[in-house]
Amino acid sequence: MTIQSLLIANRGEIAVRVIRAARELGIRTIQVHSDADAGSLAVQLADEAYNIGPPQAAKSYLNAEKILEVALQSGADAIHPGYGFLSENADFTDAVENAGMVYVGPSGNTIRMMGDKVVARQAAAAAGVPVIPGSDGRIDDMNAARKLAQEVGFPVMIKAAAGGGGRGIRVISSVEEFDREAPKASAEAKSAFGDGGLYLEKFIEKGRHIEVQVLGDGRDVVHMFERECSLQRRRQKVWEEAPASLIPQQVRDKLCQAAILLAKSVHYRGAGTVEFLYDDETHAFYFIEMNTRIQVEHPVTEMITGIDLMREMIKVAGGEPLRFKQQDITANGHAIEVRINAEDPAQNFMPFPGVVSSLQVPGGPGVRFDAMIYPGYAIPPFYDSLLGKLIVWDENRSSAIVRMQRTLDELQIGGIKTTRPLFRALCAEKNVIDGQFDTLWLEPWLENNTSRLTDE
Amino acid sequence: MANQQIQAPLPGVFYRSASPADADYKSEGDPIAVGDVIGLIEVMKSYHEVKSDIAGTLKSFLVENEAAIMAGQPLAEVET
Repeated sequence: MTIQSLLIANRGEIAVRVIRAARELGIRTIQVHSDADAGSLAVQLADEAYNIGPPQAAKSYLNAEKILEVALQSGADAIHPGYGFLSENADFTDAVENAGMVYVGPSGNTIRMMGDKVVARQAAAAAGVPVIPGSDGRIDDMNAARKLAQEVGFPVMIKAAAGGGGRGIRVISSVEEFDREAPKASAEAKSAFGDGGLYLEKFIEKGRHIEVQVLGDGRDVVHMFERECSLQRRRQKVWEEAPASLIPQQVRDKLCQAAILLAKSVHYRGAGTVEFLYDDETHAFYFIEMNTRIQVEHPVTEMITGIDLMREMIKVAGGEPLRFKQQDITANGHAIEVRINAEDPAQNFMPFPGVVSSLQVPGGPGVRFDAMIYPGYAIPPFYDSLLGKLIVWDENRSSAIVRMQRTLDELQIGGIKTTRPLFRALCAEKNVIDGQFDTLWLEPWLENNTSRLTDE
Repeated sequence: MANQQIQAPLPGVFYRSASPADADYKSEGDPIAVGDVIGLIEVMKSYHEVKSDIAGTLKSFLVENEAAIMAGQPLAEVET
């Protein structure tokens, strides 16, 4: 069915992004918001807005029951989850569909499968996608775990089979350390998740984070090339690029093919991202996980392909077949995105909620600013610190970096501290210009360059 | 004997314990020293300890656990 009215179960810049795409499709937009977001840009731009509760996310944006109630009362026929919040919650997806509405994303079963790292890994391996050597499933027996650790070779990483995100991960470099730490890890997993099962894999110290954008309609899947997202702080991406021009074309082709194999094997519907760890030295790549939602960094892919991913994911959710064959999709030039957060990089990225007293948005060719801020906006302290994303496109990587520097010079956000000085310093940094970095590069660099992180 | 208040250094959400599974940092009636942690404030998904700048007896909390708070809002009353 064609979607006519869409409820946005999210906030911030991604809610604004969804509203913009929906507007262009002639879809009525329904924005839900907490008490703290009544004055948000998304609320101002949407056709209708409904308060769903107190500022705390657990009482508003994560309150699935309330969101469904508002969706039904307001006559929404679809729900867009954005990223974060309820975007990878299979039970929510099922509830949306059971209530007779469209969920803009994959089925609950696909989300459930990819959300379980053991099952996801098995699905990847079954589809012929390389996975990091390790346990093919959970391990409960410590002797079997030790034997496997010796087989794949130290260092190894152990984590709770039931855990999420980076919780409970330990890196172990010897048998002695294994004997000391593994029982502790199991006991902690038992107390935190009620499940002492562990998961073990080879720890690859230095690697690049490369991810492939896919889009499926439940029958066919296409990829939209890859992104390089290795510049990370505390496992959070801060700077993303497309394509990953720093690695050989032949390897990138293989990565994209691997992502297609996995997505096709689960009859993927919607926008998704298959994440890989890539080893520069051996050119080997390994499946990390699949994110079953739109991602923060999707604009860099849009910039090199000319395809509006948000629009396309809404269209396929409405039942339309993919409008592109793989050979119709081409990559042109280079795009970079930086995340403008309300944080003070000079003070160890301390959050900086406050009032945006003035705003000067950069312009010119190849520049895009996807943001939630406006002059006078009071940034609530209750949610993540992402204010917006500055995205540039240019003919090639080096000119894109120059353009990013020029664009950052123009961007002025008054009244608060932001991550702008970090990116100005990175644009001038030789390693960044030469593409010489991995996922562990940024943090030590930050420690040694604090003086360069102050906005003048 | 006078009462003084511990104020929130940051806006956000106030928690009286390190995690739902942990015991409260302080209970009403506990003795309190300068530098003692009385709770956490979650601001933009990062957590910051709230330390007392007053010594005495923690008489009462002025906000509920998990309450949304403003910077400068009184969190607890201490009898000095």
